[in-house]
Amino acid sequence: MLLGVWIALLVLLAPRLGLAAERIRLWHSWRGEEEAVAQALVERFAAAHPELQVELLAVPYDAFSAKLGSAIPFGEGPDVYIDSHERLGEYRRRQLVAPVGDAWDETAYVDVARAAVSLDGEPHALPLSLKSLALYVDDALVARDPEHFEDIVALAPSLPPGVVALAYEAQNAYAHAALLHAFGGRLLDEREQYAFFGEPAQDSLLFVRELLDRGVVPRDADGALVTNLFRAGKAAFAMSGPWLAAELTAEGARRYHVIPLPSLARTGAPLQPLLTVEAVMLSPQGATKPGARALAAMLASSDAARARMDRARAVSARRDIVADDAIVRAFAEQAAKAIPMSSSPQMRAAWEPANKAIRKVLRGDAEPVAALAEAQRRFELIMRPPPPRSSTWLPVALLGGFALWGAWWLVVRVRRPESRQAVRRSLPAWAWVAHAVIAVGVLVVLPLVVGAATSLFGGPPGDVHYVGAYNFVEIVTARGGPLLASGSFWLTLLVTLAWTAINVLLHVGIGVALGLMLARPVLRMRALYRVLLIIPWAVPNYVTALAWKGMFHRQFGAVTGLLQAISAWTDTPIEPISWFSRFSTAFAANVITNAWLGFPFMMVVTVAALGAVPKDVLEAAEVDGASRWQRFRHVTLPMIGPSLVPAVTLGAIWTFNMFNVVFLVSGGEPDGTTDILVSEAYRWAFTRDAQYGYAAAYAVLIFVLLFGLTRGLDRLRARTVARMGG
Amino acid sequence: MTATARRRLLESFAVHAMLLVGVAFALYPVAWVAALAFSGTPAPEPAVVPWPDQPTLRHLEEVVGATAKVAGESGDHEVWLFGRQLANSLVVSLATAIVGVLIAIPTAYALARFEFVGKRRGLAVLLATQMFPAVASAIPLYLILDALALLNTRTGLVLCYASTAVPFAIFQLRAAFEAIPVDLEEAAMVDGATRLGAFVRVVLPVARPAIAVTALFAFMSAYNEFILAATLLDDASMFTLPVMLQRFVGEYDAKWEAFAAGALVVSLPVMALFYVAQRHLVAGLASGGVKG
Repeated sequence: MLLGVWIALLVLLAPRLGLAAERIRLWHSWRGEEEAVAQALVERFAAAHPELQVELLAVPYDAFSAKLGSAIPFGEGPDVYIDSHERLGEYRRRQLVAPVGDAWDETAYVDVARAAVSLDGEPHALPLSLKSLALYVDDALVARDPEHFEDIVALAPSLPPGVVALAYEAQNAYAHAALLHAFGGRLLDEREQYAFFGEPAQDSLLFVRELLDRGVVPRDADGALVTNLFRAGKAAFAMSGPWLAAELTAEGARRYHVIPLPSLARTGAPLQPLLTVEAVMLSPQGATKPGARALAAMLASSDAARARMDRARAVSARRDIVADDAIVRAFAEQAAKAIPMSSSPQMRAAWEPANKAIRKVLRGDAEPVAALAEAQRRFELIMRPPPPRSSTWLPVALLGGFALWGAWWLVVRVRRPESRQAVRRSLPAWAWVAHAVIAVGVLVVLPLVVGAATSLFGGPPGDVHYVGAYNFVEIVTARGGPLLASGSFWLTLLVTLAWTAINVLLHVGIGVALGLMLARPVLRMRALYRVLLIIPWAVPNYVTALAWKGMFHRQFGAVTGLLQAISAWTDTPIEPISWFSRFSTAFAANVITNAWLGFPFMMVVTVAALGAVPKDVLEAAEVDGASRWQRFRHVTLPMIGPSLVPAVTLGAIWTFNMFNVVFLVSGGEPDGTTDILVSEAYRWAFTRDAQYGYAAAYAVLIFVLLFGLTRGLDRLRARTVARMGG
Repeated sequence: MTATARRRLLESFAVHAMLLVGVAFALYPVAWVAALAFSGTPAPEPAVVPWPDQPTLRHLEEVVGATAKVAGESGDHEVWLFGRQLANSLVVSLATAIVGVLIAIPTAYALARFEFVGKRRGLAVLLATQMFPAVASAIPLYLILDALALLNTRTGLVLCYASTAVPFAIFQLRAAFEAIPVDLEEAAMVDGATRLGAFVRVVLPVARPAIAVTALFAFMSAYNEFILAATLLDDASMFTLPVMLQRFVGEYDAKWEAFAAGALVVSLPVMALFYVAQRHLVAGLASGGVKG
């Protein structure tokens, strides 16, 4: 009988299975030439395999791993994807990647690449290309290749004014690692334990600090600045990766060449950059499909590697591909000497503490010993053992009890005639709200409740278990550390409260002032003003947050330009401000940006509210001889108040959770002090070993705080209204 | 010139001066984005005036001219990717504004006019949804959309955006409806109109400015959103413009000039829309049905 059903099912399904082309999905975050090569390769592959339907998707890099993490566990997402090898460890823990199986070719790849994609001796990806930093030399500024790193430093005094000797991201642990290695230090040791401490680490930091102080290396350089400096001939050397070469192909580019990083005369050891192996990976569902494995093998084949090298200057991870282009050869030579990044969770957890320590020392805020010790504590905090399992009887009992109580309450209510009457009276009103209740309930409230429940769980991905209130206890007690240390819940809370209060005051102040002016009975160019003033609201806020960050750059930002202009005009020397090196200025930069973003909303609300104020009331007040302030205080404000209050409440809530500005403008600098609660939660979820439960606990605390805050505001309003009415 | 006239003139001058300062503050960063969008190879120098360095249209062409090959029934064909994504963005945002406001209007009206069981709790829950940061709810949302078979569809995206926009819209509209005197509808109902008829014919026209502002807000929040869009959509021809913009930022480097050019293009429809909606808003204000 059962067999019969099965056979019937198979017969029904078989024709569809037979007809449908197998769908293979490939995700990548390549751009430019690399993307074009990938498209061409996939087209050729699809032509050779008509039984397969290959879909290529270019995913924004920022969204890549989050998208993998949300799609693959549900059987969605790609069969094949391209990513860096250092994520493999995390992907395996989260079961996003599977061993490559028969797509592997034991002899094809160079040793370093083979080791990089193997986890416990089993290959989990097919290596494609090798990426590392190397030294770009500007031919117009430099006569002879440096033998030692010190030769670069020695060149500095002879360079024209405004030209730095070496452009590189000194504040970044990824770039700093090259120097650290030359000093004999490591970020992680051979056993993959944290090792960014001790004399080599201290010496490397002091060495770089001196380079910055002497102006050999620019301060606050990010990737874009390194590119721009070198492209504009304002840097004799640049320490950068192959992506810089791609930027230099434009017309009028400078003459340059690339060499491997030199050695440090002081220690005699070479500067060794970190190595990233770009690799093609298979998701668990992809690994079961022969077509997906064939696609992966094709992407890792010699032909494909040759195409990527010729068109995108990618250094191949294969033994049989030899570079003929001078730049690719230099990068290949450098890759052979580079140190592969670890794919362990320790590596991912090390970046944030290491970056903070490097920045602190380079700013001159701390000596290396102290900063490195602090970084080590931070690292240990992130990698602390997972919380213990908690027994589940309490929540189960609570839930059960709650359900019982709810049922009892319902029964009592239904049995009472007056509540039945109230329900009957409510029926017509419910008809007006039912659809909203369903929509908001399913798509807003339900995800939030599930998300909140996550806060009761902990442990690494793959071993998530119920931990009770452990996450909350850890957060609120600052894990036994000082309660007001940087990064502690209480300090972040204080910053968040100050942030919210100042921003809301500025939003309402500027918004209402401009709104009142715009609502004047006679105003020329009103429409124009209104459109122009709304622009900060119309432009996506992640764009303008980044624009503001650029404007606050110490050396090249527009704010510095303005200060210089003022300085020249008033003939008083004004020092350029390092906006993100002190709490006060970094916080101010965030506030300026957010005030700019938020005032148009309040302005529009004010204009709309003023439209509802009867003109004759205002006119009557004027005739009565009321002064401008009295009119505003006693007539206008009470009339627009009711419309403003919900906007202010919502504005306060949004500001409290304004992630984009804090994350993009100051990024928490200096030292995580300008982070607000929501950006701290984000870091726990996405940069600190994916501790979702911990992040969710932050989210729940934010919710509780806001709930209390709005209740307080509400009481205050009620009292004010009562007083004003009386 | 009388003293009052002189005072008026002075006052108007001061108002324009202040408005101009506000405009300068509002435009300065945007002007920098525009300057970067048209810059050839920016030299890193501090400058005061946002003006493109070696002006070029290259980046704009790169962004607007993006094409992609799409497999169709009659073989592959080239599609204008940017055009599709612009259309996606506009359709999704417009649908969000319409759906969101349609859901919110009756609810806001009921909250403004009726007393019913669950009103206070419902309002509290509505406000509470705004307090919970979205960090933790992305994955559950993904699960729910999966269960509704709405993953990788624009409909799913619209539903998500609309539901997120609804709480705010309800608050905004409820305040607007409360500001409208009850007498207006009562008069209509005395004249024989039903509650619904009075609502549609009397209340809605008066609330038009508030509805316009609310719809505009829903439109903008949908138009600028990129995290959900990037997570839920698996097809480049379904992407919205902010996802396209995000593509210019890579692992090691970012094409800021192209990003800026894209940002400029993305912002234009919203600005145009505001310009149009604003006229509607002014007209709605001028009609002035509300006289106490």
